[in-house]
Amino acid sequence: MDRLVFLVAAGLAHGAVLALFAQSLVIVWRANRVINFAQAALAVVAVYAALAVTAVSGSWWLGAFAGVVAGGLLGAAAERGPMRLVPTHTPLPGIIVAIGLVMILQAGLAIAFGPEYQPVPAPLSERPFVLAGIPVLSPYDLLVLVVAGLVMAALALGFTRTSLGLQLRAAAFAPETARLLGVRVSRMITLGWMLSLATAALAGLLLVPTELGLHPHALDGLFVQAFAVAVIGGLDSPAGALLAGLLVGVLVSLVSGYLVAAAAPLAVLALLTLVLLVRPGGLFSAAKERAA
Amino acid sequence: MSTLTVDGLTVGYGDGAPVLDGLDLEVPDGAVVALLGANGAGKTTLLRAVAGLVPARGGRVLLDGADLGGLRAEDRVRRGLGLVPEGRGVVAELTVAENLRLGALWRHRGSARTAAVDAQYELFEPLARRRDALGHTLSGGERQMLALARALVAEPRVLLLDEPSLGLAPLVVADLLGVLRRTAERTGLTVLVAEQNVTSALSVADRGVVLSLGDVVTDRPARDLAADPALRHAYLGF
Ligand SMILES: Nc1ncnc2c1ncn2[C@@H]1O[C@H](COP(=O)(O)OP(=O)(O)O)[C@@H](O)[C@H]1O
Ligand SMILES: [Mg+2]
Repeated sequence: MDRLVFLVAAGLAHGAVLALFAQSLVIVWRANRVINFAQAALAVVAVYAALAVTAVSGSWWLGAFAGVVAGGLLGAAAERGPMRLVPTHTPLPGIIVAIGLVMILQAGLAIAFGPEYQPVPAPLSERPFVLAGIPVLSPYDLLVLVVAGLVMAALALGFTRTSLGLQLRAAAFAPETARLLGVRVSRMITLGWMLSLATAALAGLLLVPTELGLHPHALDGLFVQAFAVAVIGGLDSPAGALLAGLLVGVLVSLVSGYLVAAAAPLAVLALLTLVLLVRPGGLFSAAKERAA
Repeated sequence: MSTLTVDGLTVGYGDGAPVLDGLDLEVPDGAVVALLGANGAGKTTLLRAVAGLVPARGGRVLLDGADLGGLRAEDRVRRGLGLVPEGRGVVAELTVAENLRLGALWRHRGSARTAAVDAQYELFEPLARRRDALGHTLSGGERQMLALARALVAEPRVLLLDEPSLGLAPLVVADLLGVLRRTAERTGLTVLVAEQNVTSALSVADRGVVLSLGDVVTDRPARDLAADPALRHAYLGF
């Protein structure tokens, strides 16, 4: 029982990070109908920037802020640069260019900062609170849950309740109609990428202290799991990404805790396969509406 | 309110032969002009080229004498050019209210925006009752109403409509074209409406322009076209 509570709590904290990163994939998907395979490599560059600022300023918070800004700028650069130049009528060219970008960025980071893991201290204690004799969440886990929850709530409100969000959604759903209503669609797509990469950078920042540390490949595993989460949730659905993120986070935690950590990726794959067999559009897909 | 001038417009797709070849057309201030012609005559191509959705190979599009060439579709809209596209282009994933607000965004701010949207609800009663319904749940008539309301809410100077009657019941068509005519009379809006439904279009238009194989073959008062069997037979095939 103790173990179950601990594993579920830890799973939720990891799941929040997964959901946040998956959210970032959903934003780009909705803006552009592409999966950005360079998401992790771009985000890890922003995390390097964040830790550089932390090292200089001594403030984790200032570094985190810088990382989010860097993520946004990288998103704009990626979209205005390579992504805008590739043909979009088939997905393959975009994927190939993204993978090329991944190789350049990761090799560049390894050359500049070395291929070793750099330990990243958490801004708060990672020692769990003990409630009624059961170790549950650490202060850092709580911070992760709160930050991820607030950011996802802000994104959801921003997209559904503001004029800018209305334009972002219209530009994504029906670009030509949006242009006929005076929406500057290409600007909206760039903005979508900026939001997406700022979110991904934040997820990466929250993740690294809980793992081995910073490394050019530090977010690769996060990308793979978050990609599965986004597909399970339905790619088009921010709420789906949130729920699927928590579900996968808990699943990974339980499988790692009760079986072996090596079985966790298999469990995620099995869940993904099951969902795709039963609901090919994902749990919360909105495919019906477009077809209508 | 405003004059639309098309001067020697040449438009084609890919490297095929031009669909419109040096087309000239003037829609004077406050006029309602019906753009007629068989399927494939180039009506949609003309409207989309004027709106900036299809690039022109040559020629000019002028709004009150100002050349729109080089402006993107979203900027032509901001100059006062509205287009209700073929198939209506209601955003299926947004509600009626969101579609309308989107149309009003660049044009109005703050409480003026709400007032402009409310004015459309008054003009189109059925939309008011369905304001929270998603676009994809609307009937064909409601969609066309929404598309028209969404264009009007931006108070365009020149409004282009591409086959607004397509797939609608005759009564609904009469209703919509009636609203269009009255709005044009009230506000001085200039209208160019492409239609295959010749009788309905001519009943609200001042002038009829017939396109064939990408060129204007006749341009006459709507009354003459509608009334003269010889003209109808020669240019409209019935
Ligand atoms: N996207 C397109 N690509 C290639 N050819 C097109 C395209 N759209 C229209 N055409 C061609 O242009 C001509 C005029 O079409 P269109 O403007 O749609 O006519 P209308 O609206 O009068 O029916 C037709 O021969 C049609 O095949
Ligand atoms: Mg047409």
